[in-house]
Amino acid sequence: MIALTINGKTVETDASPDTPLLWVLRDELGLTGTKFGCGIAECGACTVHLDGRAVRSCATPLRRAAGKQVTTIEAMSAERVGHAVQQAWLKIDVPQCGYCQSGQIMSAVALLTKNPAPSDADIDSAMSGNLCRCGTYNQVREAIHEAAASLKA
Amino acid sequence: MTRSFQQSRRDFLKAGALAGSGLVIGFTLPVTGRRASAAGDFRPNAFLRVDASGNVTVVCGLSEMGQGVLTAIPMLVAEELDADWTRVRVEQAPADKAYINPVFGMQGTGGSTSVMGHWEPMRKAGAAAREMLITAAASTWGVAAGDCRTEPGAVVGPGGRRLGYGDLADKAGALPVPAEPKLKDPGTFRLLGTSLRRLDSPPKVNGSATFGMDVRLPGMLTAVMARPPAPGAKLVSVDESKARAIPGVRDVIRIPQGVAVLADGYWQASSGRDALVIEWDKGRFAGASTEKISKQLHDGLAREGAVARADGDTSVAVARSIEATYEVPYLAHACMEPMNCTAWVRADGAEIWAGTQGPGPHQGIVAGLTGLPPEKVKVNTLYLGGGFGRRFAGDFIVDATLLSKAAGKPVKLVYSREDDTRAMFFRPLSVTKFKAGFDAAGKPVSFSARVASPSVTIAAGFATELKDGIDDEAVDGIRQFAYDVPNVRVEYVREEPGYQVWFWRSVGNSQNYFFLEGFVDEMAAAAGKDPYEFRRDLLAGQPRHRAVLELAAEKAGWGKPLPAGVHRGIAVAHSFGSYVAEVAEVSVGDDGAVKVHRVVAAADCGQVVNPQIVRRQVEGAIVYGLSAALYGRIDIKDGEVVQGNFDDYPVLRMREMPKVEVHIVPSGEKPTGIGEPGLPPAAPAVCNAIFAATGQRIRKLPIDAGLLKKA
Ligand code: FES
Ligand code: FES
Repeated sequence: MIALTINGKTVETDASPDTPLLWVLRDELGLTGTKFGCGIAECGACTVHLDGRAVRSCATPLRRAAGKQVTTIEAMSAERVGHAVQQAWLKIDVPQCGYCQSGQIMSAVALLTKNPAPSDADIDSAMSGNLCRCGTYNQVREAIHEAAASLKA
Repeated sequence: MTRSFQQSRRDFLKAGALAGSGLVIGFTLPVTGRRASAAGDFRPNAFLRVDASGNVTVVCGLSEMGQGVLTAIPMLVAEELDADWTRVRVEQAPADKAYINPVFGMQGTGGSTSVMGHWEPMRKAGAAAREMLITAAASTWGVAAGDCRTEPGAVVGPGGRRLGYGDLADKAGALPVPAEPKLKDPGTFRLLGTSLRRLDSPPKVNGSATFGMDVRLPGMLTAVMARPPAPGAKLVSVDESKARAIPGVRDVIRIPQGVAVLADGYWQASSGRDALVIEWDKGRFAGASTEKISKQLHDGLAREGAVARADGDTSVAVARSIEATYEVPYLAHACMEPMNCTAWVRADGAEIWAGTQGPGPHQGIVAGLTGLPPEKVKVNTLYLGGGFGRRFAGDFIVDATLLSKAAGKPVKLVYSREDDTRAMFFRPLSVTKFKAGFDAAGKPVSFSARVASPSVTIAAGFATELKDGIDDEAVDGIRQFAYDVPNVRVEYVREEPGYQVWFWRSVGNSQNYFFLEGFVDEMAAAAGKDPYEFRRDLLAGQPRHRAVLELAAEKAGWGKPLPAGVHRGIAVAHSFGSYVAEVAEVSVGDDGAVKVHRVVAAADCGQVVNPQIVRRQVEGAIVYGLSAALYGRIDIKDGEVVQGNFDDYPVLRMREMPKVEVHIVPSGEKPTGIGEPGLPPAAPAVCNAIFAATGQRIRKLPIDAGLLKKA
């Protein structure tokens, strides 16, 4: 049994400790907002927060999340930065197919939490691990600036 | 067109009974275009519901893969209905004859056809409903319909009296559907032409949007498969014991397409699949390689092809000529969401859940595999995590169906990223040889092209034989050569290396405009002309080509100075009825690294439903095209696909993303496609800028930085 905290709730699982956190979230807990894109930490679709830090859940074995706080897209609207980012996303109307967007938002929230006024270069380095095949990068960038402005206000 | 909107009162009432209370409009779409089906059958295409509370629901039979169709279709209906947009919602339709795409003659989404095919029928549906609501209000008030008008969501009568659509829904539902409702004058559009926010954004921002991958059913198993590593490879032996020993693995099932491991979840299933010890016989493909396939196509260029176009005589005497051969590799689609399908086959019916571009044909596939009649097969179309043509294919539908049938349980079949990349539904490897002749004054007088490529039309099963030996997709874009050159010849040589080819965003246009617009740039250089002016002169008789070319050049500041080291390239393309020109600003490092700084696009897609969605589609298509130009290649070695994941099949990332500007040419023409037409000019605009920067022609993709390295 491994215990971890997911979106504020303590969860126990008997999944094997090397199971990637992604599949515990999706298949065991039904938290399907976190997406599977590559399985090798190359695309960012599976991004969640582990103790506030953005990590790729497809490459995070369950054992590494044991005893830690895991936060997923499903909890973002209840968080100050998360909510601001989601509102900015809606204002800019970022998503196309939408599949990468949970991961984009999780990476953006982690960035803005650490750095409330990111430059374009900061955005490039924080967001380049999140692929978008629909090509929404410029809108993601715009929405991050928008969220930063709204958080400052 | 009249046939399209005839609907008997009986049919209407039937439709109403099907969909519940309130006003329900079913309507028939005209079948146009290349795959028209028999005339006369009644096919209500979609339903519009107005309930008693005044909510308007548009049921959309088209698939949402990012292109915004779940917003555009409701906008068409709402405009003519004069609906209150805040009360409009959208619902995804099941697979049903009612939702046949009039351009295809089947229920499918692709070919950039959605708005062009539904522009008039959807507006007529809204207009008919509005007329009925007015009639209902007029009779309630005992006034003439002509004395009533609408405001968003309500009918307003003499003296300012008003009734909301919800209050009128029941009464309107009992009226006959007008056969020829009057459409608005576009000058009075209130919603069309505005950048309304997408209806699907909220669930995509909070993680609640359900993609195929997210389906969960009670008792469901997840399947991951081992598939043949080369086309037609035969299973020699498989040792399942290690797979079966993995906790959570429930079954190992062989189907004709491979060996599947079924487990409680994806991780167990994929671990089980990796634990299979399999031997395949790759047969005649054992030695296949990119080099051999490429050589086969180049050898094909030595043959005479089927003539796709012949104007004048390309053997005319010329003062001077140039020749060049272009090539592109196989490409995978790499949709963000790997292919998947959940199927549940029971004795009395089957159901599938998938992000599918072809609910209609996929319903037929499941019916065929299960022996059930199509109406017993329910297709649930979920959000598609990218489509790009890939999700028209039936592979994931077939395998999920067979596995559920064998397991007797709901089965979710999931492709790993590597499975997805290697499933072999590729954009064709393709080569084209061009020749252009000039007169003594430097004016081009002849142009010829010979394309050697596999046939997507045949591969997709759209035909078993090519008409006159021509695959329309293979020559698309080149055959329509629009420049004013008197002698033109385009030929097609079919070569089939044996790897499955498929539709890939903009299909033949995606490689053919790279070929063509690269060569036209070479023609400009040979004529000693500026590449923009050269094109503009030769497009004097093509006003829509010329308008986008001029707008892109103007907005990009063509001819004006750029920062040191940055150079421009230009290209123009006509695909899916639309015209797009792009100017790319590019620099090339000493190490040969290509940096795209900005792309300025001008697009003419006729009347525009939602300008922001149009601009985003063009921008997204540019990104897709840049990924292909800079990185995209699928190689074959020992018969197998080399690339598997984003580490060896890279795509554009945030830090490489150029600024993009998209300018729309105002137009009163009928709407044409926009999901794809932004792609074809992207690669040639970049490669032409590379020529401007380095003097090096890029005739093969992906761009080889080694060629561009400073010595
Ligand atoms: S699925 Fe984890 S980074 Fe791609
Ligand atoms: S919105 Fe489709 S992959 Fe990003």
